[in-house]
Amino acid sequence: MRHFDEELEELKSKLLEMSGLVESAISTSVTALTSLDRQLCERVFEYEDRINIMEIEIDDMATRLLALQQPMASDLRFLTSAIKINNDLERMGDLAVKIAKRALDLMDLPPVKPLVDIPEMARLAESMLHKCLDSFVRRDSALAREVLVSDDGVDDTRVEIFRVLIRAMQAEPANIPQYVDLMSVARSLERIADHATNIAEDVLFLTEGIDVRHHAETRKS
Amino acid sequence: MVTSTGMISMEITDPATRTREAPKASAGAVGPKLRVSGLNFYYGKKQALFDVDLDVPANRITGLIGPSGCGKSTFLRTLNRMYETVQHGRAEGRLELDGENLMELDAISVRRRVGMVFQKSNPFPKSIFDNVAFGLRVNGLARRGTLHEAVERSLRRAALWDEVKDLLHASAYKLSGGQQQRLCIARALAVDPEVLLLDEPCSALDPIATAKIEELLFDLKKQCTVVLVTHNMQQAARVADVTGFFLLGRLIEFNTTEVIFKTPARRETEDYITGRFG
Repeated sequence: MRHFDEELEELKSKLLEMSGLVESAISTSVTALTSLDRQLCERVFEYEDRINIMEIEIDDMATRLLALQQPMASDLRFLTSAIKINNDLERMGDLAVKIAKRALDLMDLPPVKPLVDIPEMARLAESMLHKCLDSFVRRDSALAREVLVSDDGVDDTRVEIFRVLIRAMQAEPANIPQYVDLMSVARSLERIADHATNIAEDVLFLTEGIDVRHHAETRKS
Repeated sequence: MVTSTGMISMEITDPATRTREAPKASAGAVGPKLRVSGLNFYYGKKQALFDVDLDVPANRITGLIGPSGCGKSTFLRTLNRMYETVQHGRAEGRLELDGENLMELDAISVRRRVGMVFQKSNPFPKSIFDNVAFGLRVNGLARRGTLHEAVERSLRRAALWDEVKDLLHASAYKLSGGQQQRLCIARALAVDPEVLLLDEPCSALDPIATAKIEELLFDLKKQCTVVLVTHNMQQAARVADVTGFFLLGRLIEFNTTEVIFKTPARRETEDYITGRFG
């Protein structure tokens, strides 16, 4: 194995470690919300600190390898994808924090009845994150494509949640602050799914060398 | 973009541009400057090139890469029939220059139209001026009054004029390695070649001299077609519009430089450019 390959493997391990933290941050934030658990919110903030540190380490390592190894072809695609995935993971960490903050808000307000479909939406988003990282590790284009398709389901669920929440606001104006918090959570979960989609697009660029962002391939042809 | 015979046809839109366009298949495409079809080359009984098909697009830089002994320099030498100076060298196949059969043209006129610069700079033991004027005098191309103008123009095109204008009559050997190489390029340019072949022109040069020659190549392609053999893949990536990868005498892959270095189609190309070869 080339020395460079060992360094690429190390970079991949760091990305996986970071994605593990991000997965934990997201699932913890949603549990904090459903169980209104202050301690779990604190744990999300701790995860975010570690995610931020890893983001800097991964950026430094990828930039160093670009400068010193001047990679080509699949090595080049791996490094540019790693930099973009790193950025998406860090943003997902921020969104988990946003959910935890909304959970803290809700703890100080009178409880409202349903959390509508938010746990279901969270499950979809987490599954997308898990799949896109699997597709990255296994360089599996088919799995990455599954993630792209799943995003539509998350978007539809968010629209449905907004509809239910708007009705709830009309019916219970006194509880509007809580419902606004829940809207914000649904929006954050939708954004998490969007970042998972970005990662799946990066995986397709890595494995097949094609750019599917914003229907780029269609535009080119 | 790649035809069934493995050739690439290019649609030339703006020859002066420095940007790289993707090759496009097109019925109305401008023909290639050089067309090589079914080229086999032998040194005596040893075959060095196997069935090479390649179109060299006009007013573009074509980079040729590959490991030592892969045939890229041999290939370059067929493009101006320089191989004829090699004992037991024999080429089979078809070579066209602007659609004309290159094998049937006068060898001297081919080499005037298709100039060459070698890995090691080889100025003549003459003054800077006489080096550049040499080809013009031999070919009777310069009238006495215009010789100085022609020398100045060639030295300017080779980005050397400002450095040598006050020592035109000094020996060419007084110049640095990078300057000598640019002098050789100026000498080749003096007879206004349509194609310039460069065989590892920067291999002995420092990064500053290399950068000057690369900038020069960008300017040169406005006026002529360039074919560059290089071991330095970063150089091919920086300057070439299209790149061919040779291995064991075969042209393995030929495409736009961006495709070759970002998403090569062939495993051998990928392994070579990522250093996993072997």
